[in-house]
Amino acid sequence: MINDTVVLTGRSLRHILRSPDTIITTAITPVAMLLLFVYVFGGAIDLGSNPDQKYVDYLLPGILLITVASGVAYTSYRLFLDLKSGIFERFQSMPIARSAALWAHVLTSLVANLISLTLVVLVALLMGFRSGASPLAWLAVLGILVLFTLALTWLAVIAGLAAKSPDGAGGFAYPLLFLPFLSSAFVPTDGMPGPVRWFAEHQPVTSIVDTLRNLYAGQPLGHSVWVALAWCVGVLVLAHALAMRTYHRRMSAC
Amino acid sequence: MTTTPAIEIAGLTKSYGEYAVLKGVDLTIPAGSIYALLGSNGAGKTTAIRILSTLLRADGGSARVLGHDVAADAARVRESISLTGQFAAVDEILTGRENVVLVAQLRHLSEPKAVADGLLARFDLTEAGGRRVATYSGGMRRRLDIAMSLVGQPPMLFLDEPTTGLDPQGRMEVWNTVRDLAGQGTTVLLTTQYLEEAELLADRIAILHEGRIIADGTLAELKALLPPAKVEYVEKQPSLEDIFLSIVGSNS
Repeated sequence: MINDTVVLTGRSLRHILRSPDTIITTAITPVAMLLLFVYVFGGAIDLGSNPDQKYVDYLLPGILLITVASGVAYTSYRLFLDLKSGIFERFQSMPIARSAALWAHVLTSLVANLISLTLVVLVALLMGFRSGASPLAWLAVLGILVLFTLALTWLAVIAGLAAKSPDGAGGFAYPLLFLPFLSSAFVPTDGMPGPVRWFAEHQPVTSIVDTLRNLYAGQPLGHSVWVALAWCVGVLVLAHALAMRTYHRRMSAC
Repeated sequence: MTTTPAIEIAGLTKSYGEYAVLKGVDLTIPAGSIYALLGSNGAGKTTAIRILSTLLRADGGSARVLGHDVAADAARVRESISLTGQFAAVDEILTGRENVVLVAQLRHLSEPKAVADGLLARFDLTEAGGRRVATYSGGMRRRLDIAMSLVGQPPMLFLDEPTTGLDPQGRMEVWNTVRDLAGQGTTVLLTTQYLEEAELLADRIAILHEGRIIADGTLAELKALLPPAKVEYVEKQPSLEDIFLSIVGSNS
């Protein structure tokens, strides 16, 4: 199974290398948002409790999540094309582990998103983002981003398996792109009206963003790290189970 | 020659909701033969092939491929078959050579590159092998598709409408390939709507109609079902296909 997954991952990584535009377009939207919010709105945003904090430092964690949310749409799309083209049937009729084809797409998504994330962090560094985080904290940032990417990728797999058209395959990502706006990603939640604030403080993005921000700033993590991990692992486990179910149903029904 | 038939199907049924596609198919295919499954669109040919290649579960009845039950022993079946579906299942972004190497790696062969080079040469794709499949013609894609199916020399090959959508030259290329294969002992089950194709290639022909096999035998046996031939004198005109091929200068 591992051998088959490696071979198939090699195949879809080749797809990405031959259309690097997918990685660049994944990075363009978050970079544009980064520029827009730091240089246009940033001056007017009141960070409240911590007035010395640079807005780019505050903003980057949320932008990283948006990068992943827009990157996983390509996974749905590529999966949809594989199902459509008949190449999945070829794999299915061969003596290879059946879930290898899905895992290959998931690992490819992980690689592609890590490249996009690196690009976004580089742009942020050029814009003055600085972090005194220890190597261990950076590793923790990486770990959380990997978990988050895996969770969203398995959601993307469900969308790709269930889609009837290429547009439908990519369309599921829009709500995901919107969630960070209703969180502490762009502005602190303190200034939001009651119900909005309640939603913002109890949805996954806020806890993940707060954790990443504290890791970068070398601050104590508090309980938000456990909430963040619980969300990531919870979504990951649930989405994986649902994706496998959709996969088996689709493979035996068509 | 082995005594196990390549395919044994008994009482196979499959419905999609209310709609019964296969209503009890019985068929035995001897090893090493080319068998054509004829039927109009929607007769259930593709459904039957999908069940035999473990992509679909039957509702009832049994199907064995080279002695292995398709439901109980799917993994063993997959080791001995190869499927070429209705649409060329090739990876457009990879080159032709990379496509064949991919399948060879997935079949865990020890020298994937050597296998790929051999098959590309055999299918006259050596030169095109380094190009992306997106640039290939329909005939080249089909050839590549069949080349990919032959990786690891599976003893049982399913060809689901292998010449649909091909131009006359592409069709002849596929026909020649199928004949070569049978010469080497591979069992081929091909579905087609082209009666001419079945007549040219198949050792035996089965006709699938409304979910059942209604006739099964060699061409001569099937012909014997009809009243004896009448002798008629017809002037032999070249067909448009003859004219097309002589002008374009096909050597196949």
